[in-house]
Order: sequence, then C-alpha cells, then structure tokens
Amino acid sequence: MEKFISHTGSVLPLRRSNVDTDQIIPAEYLKRITRHGFEDALFQAWRKDPDFILNKPEYKDATILVTGPEFGTGSSREHAVWSLMDYGFKVVLSSRFADIFRGNSGKAGLVTAEVAQDVIEKLWALSEKDPNLQVTVDLDKREVQAGDLVAPFQIDDYVRWRLMEGLDDIGLTLRHESKITEFEKTRAAYKPVTL
Amino acid sequence: MGKTLAEKVWESHIVHQAEGEPDLLFIDLHLVHEVTSPQAFDGLRAAGRKVRRPDLTVLTEDHNVPTIDIDKPIADLVSRAQVDALRDNAKEFGLKIFSLGDIDQGIVHVVGPQLGLSQPGMTIVCGDSHTSTHGAFGALAFGIGTSEVEHVLATQTLPLKPFKTMAITVNGKLPEGSTAKDIILAVIAKISTGGGQGYVLEYRGEAIRALSMEGRMTICNMSIEAGARAGMIAPDETTFAYLKDRQHAPQGKDWDEAVAYWKTLKTDEDTKFDAEVIIDANTLSPFVTWGTNPGQGVSINDNVPDPTSFSNENERTAAQKALEYMDLKAGMKMRDIKVDTVFLGSCTNGRIEDLRAAAAILKGKKVASTVRMMVVPGSAKVAIQAEQEGLPAIFKAAGADWRSAGCSMCLGMNPDKLTPGERSASTSNRNFEGRQGPGGRTHLVSPLVAAATAITGHLSTPDEV
Repeated sequence: MEKFISHTGSVLPLRRSNVDTDQIIPAEYLKRITRHGFEDALFQAWRKDPDFILNKPEYKDATILVTGPEFGTGSSREHAVWSLMDYGFKVVLSSRFADIFRGNSGKAGLVTAEVAQDVIEKLWALSEKDPNLQVTVDLDKREVQAGDLVAPFQIDDYVRWRLMEGLDDIGLTLRHESKITEFEKTRAAYKPVTL
Repeated sequence: MGKTLAEKVWESHIVHQAEGEPDLLFIDLHLVHEVTSPQAFDGLRAAGRKVRRPDLTVLTEDHNVPTIDIDKPIADLVSRAQVDALRDNAKEFGLKIFSLGDIDQGIVHVVGPQLGLSQPGMTIVCGDSHTSTHGAFGALAFGIGTSEVEHVLATQTLPLKPFKTMAITVNGKLPEGSTAKDIILAVIAKISTGGGQGYVLEYRGEAIRALSMEGRMTICNMSIEAGARAGMIAPDETTFAYLKDRQHAPQGKDWDEAVAYWKTLKTDEDTKFDAEVIIDANTLSPFVTWGTNPGQGVSINDNVPDPTSFSNENERTAAQKALEYMDLKAGMKMRDIKVDTVFLGSCTNGRIEDLRAAAAILKGKKVASTVRMMVVPGSAKVAIQAEQEGLPAIFKAAGADWRSAGCSMCLGMNPDKLTPGERSASTSNRNFEGRQGPGGRTHLVSPLVAAATAITGHLSTPDEV
C-alpha cells in the first residue's frame, strides 16, 4: 500500500445523504473477478443523468469526494472502495460513514475523514462556486484546509498510522503468529469444523 | 459491573491485545461466497500464502446463480466465470464447497444455521453484510470486505476495534399478523439507518424470547440496515432445540459440555449497555417501507409521509428524492400502493417458516392477474422440505413461480430482476434505488404482507384476503 501523508486536490460536492454501496457500484459489476478497472461502474445509475455532478467537465479531475451523512451503508462490497479509487478519488469527507465501508477503505488505502456537517456544507458551497477550489487533507495534522477554512477531522488512530506507513494488515498480524497457534490449541473440542 | 453477551464472546476470542492497537480476534467460522472472494484468493496466491484453517472455512454459491435450469451451465458467461473461480479456488486451497445442485447449496446465511455450523459463542464472518444473521444463535457474527476475507483466509483472525453495545428491548406480545420482520423494520424506522453505527445490538425482551430461530434470524439479519455490524440474541432452550442433532452440532458428551457453556452466554443482570431502545410489540402493526432506505418505513395503516414533515434537512431532502424515485405522492394511503411483483425469499425471509406462513395465506387463492409472484427458497434443503410439505403445489396453484435456491431478486445479480419502473413488495432487506434491478422500486414487507399483497395486487394484510 502506498503511504498517505497529505493530499491536495479539487472537490466533487455530492449533495446526498445515505449513499449506499449499491449506488456507489451496482451488483451487476460485482461479477468481475479482478481488483481493478471499476472506474466505469462508479455511481453508474446516477451517471446516466447528464446533469449528475460527476458528468460535469469542471469536476472531472476531482480527487476528494465531499458527501452527506451515512455514506457507504448497506452491502459490504469492497468494490465500492475500489471503484472510487479507480476513478481517482483519494479521500472521502463525510460527517458519518457506515462501519464496513470505513473499514474497507482503511484496508484498501482510501482515506475516510469524518468532519462536522457544517464543514461539509461549507465545502459544498465553496466547491460549487469554484470547482477548482484546492483542498488539502493532511493526515499528519488531521486537518482539512481550503483557503481560510481549516477544520479538524476524525480518523481512527491505528488506521491513520497504517495509512501513513503504508502497511499491509496481514503482515502486521503475522507478527503474532505464535500467539494464534497458542490460541488454536485452546479452542473447545465441541466447536464445529467444516471438513 | 457485569458483562454483556457481546463482550463475553469478544473476550473469549482475543488472541492478542495491546495498547493503541485493535484487538486481534480468532475467527471460528469463515463463510465464503463467489462475489467477494476471488480477489482475496488472488491476494493469497500473489503472496504465496495458504488458507490457514480450511477446516473452519466453507464455500457456497448463492449471489449470482440462476434459479431456473440449474442443471445446465450458467448462461451468463460473466457469472459463470465467477462461480468457476470459486470452484477452482476450492480445489486449489482444499476447501469445502457447496455447488449448484448440491443438497447443501443455498444462501450462505441459510446454509450455516441449517447445517448446525452457526453456534452460540462463536465468532463468524463472511464477505457479506448480512452475516449478522448468525447472531440469532448468540454468536458474534458480522460482515467483512474482501481485504478482510483475505486476512481471515491467511490468518484465521481479524484486527478489530471493540464495539459499543446497545440493548433493543422488545416488550409485550406481537399481535396476530405481525412478525419478526415488522419488529426489525420498526426498529430501523425508529433508530434510522445510522442509529446502530459502532454498536453491537442485543435484542431482548418477551417478544424476542417468544420468536422461533427463524424469526430471530430475520431480526439479526437486518441489524446492518440500522448501521450495526452485528446483532445478537442470547441462546436459550429455543436455540438448543434448533441445534440438537444437526449435522455439525456437538454430539453426546460434547453436547452437554457445549450446552453448559452456552447457558452462560447472556448479559449479566447488573450490566449497563452503552445505549438502550425500547419497543412495544403489543401495538406493532405490519411495517412496510415507502422510500429508498430501510429506515424509511411506516405502519401499513399509515400514509406516505410528507417530506416537509421532517425537521432535519438531510432527511427532508432524502424523503423528497425517495418519493420522486418511488413515484409516490405524499399523503396517499400505503395500502393503495399497487405492485407489479411480489418476491418471497432471501436470507431475511427465505426459510421454511416464511414459506409456510405465505403458503397458508395463498392456499386455495390466486395471485392477482396484474402481479407476478416469485418464490425462491433460501437453500436446496429448504426447497426439499417445502416439497415434502406440499408447499410448491400451493404456490404453483395460486399462479406463483417456484424457483431453485439463491439470493435471486434480493439484489438482482442473476437474471431475476425488476425492469425499470417495476414495483415490488419484497421480503428481502434492502429497498435501495435499483437494488432489485435498474430503475426498480422496492417496498420491504413481511412474508404475510407479501402473500396478501400478491392476492389483492396492492399492499395488504392477511385479514383482507
């Protein structure tokens, strides 16, 4: 995983709450067995509308998605994270993320930064006025900055550390392999096995 | 202070704990299906890793398999490639798989319980958010993403941050015609789609105790629709009776030892939950959704709400967008909503008890000429049991379509889909835009409301038919 310290880019203001992962990527696209190439599937149903914000040329280079609360609810599909990343997003800002989506993002390397809803509203207004508005998301300082606007964001300490170090979770866990082996010896005999 | 059920199960699975790090939990059972696993197996291959515990892993084909012509090769080539990938991975890594045509094939959350693999006190994961279903047994069960699937395959553990706990106490007795589905739809309407975020929900109270295992699974299944990764119900005699003599349930002395342990799996009396919600079952009428998230639900006796009645701006905008998408007018009676399709099935309501309840209403009646009804058993075994009880004959005589097991129209990954603008009453779990097919409109309902609606052609309760 690539290290993430800070990112500066333009914003896609998505004025929606409860954006579930079926909206981020419909089930039809989950039949693919590869991990990349999902950019065409992102917000597929909404993209059919030419007025949908993602279709507006002035926002085509956006790398920071700013969206309403309860982002990423529903299905556990990590494809939702992959499609956002494949499209070019590095960061999602929301006032509330669904648990599984946030977990998946941390594993895959997409930064989900939780900011207050009034900051979201300000970023929406600013980026609607100026699509080229440059926003910086600084993981080290845990800060979002856009012009005069500076606001803190929340992110899990451990996830932040992993993202800043670009560390692979499985490798981290395998440092404790002997403990796993010890634990396995204590597992009750009546617990089921599948083979 | 005592401990909650969730805390007890959590603590008994800690492999490693350190300040500033998530707890590393051991996973007792890993359920795998074709959609969220191929990239995880690719990851293992790329790193030269093996599956650590093939004996704690089981695979089934469910999400994109067809529900007709299952003896023929899958017609959709992309779906076929994905199912083939699962079969190849099973072979390469030495894993148990229930393929299309196998007697144990079916929806992953129907298969685990029916085999007796889902037991109290276990940690159970699957690359599917409805893994919360297995919490009905007093297991800590939750959905994971593909990176986590790979992590569990490689290490049989997961690094996790502790959850908070929320008690959902359902007092009283459900009235005739109301079901477990109505309890959970009412819970979600009350706490909203984000209300359970960061929590494990524990369902308790008289109305929960009175439910069958099937009903409890329906409730725990939809915990995720309230934002909670897991829902749990303390095991009791109902749980033990369900598990006894199932294929993977403990036998003989092991059974006694297991039950003695299972009986300790309840929240201590002096325990305080981080949050508590109380629901009165006595006055609970059947619930149906009007919008495009599972929190947008009301009693079937109510009207479609007016978006301007919501004080919160986000909710107001969401309601407005939902009514536009659903093509509904504020103020119209929920019961006046006409549907084109009725879907009975899914990991929420595709078990034998659900099929029995719907068949009892449809017996000797006809599905309205304006409605197509699709009945999809949750597993091949549910289908066989239904055959033995004569249920398919009742569905077919009523004019419904009886299918083979799978996720089917719940998520429209296989050919069973709504067409744009088509409206369904569905016993599944999500009414998201396009969930059952692009442009499709979904109303979530109980199996009883589904059956009654199929007969009248508009959202109805059994007392109307």
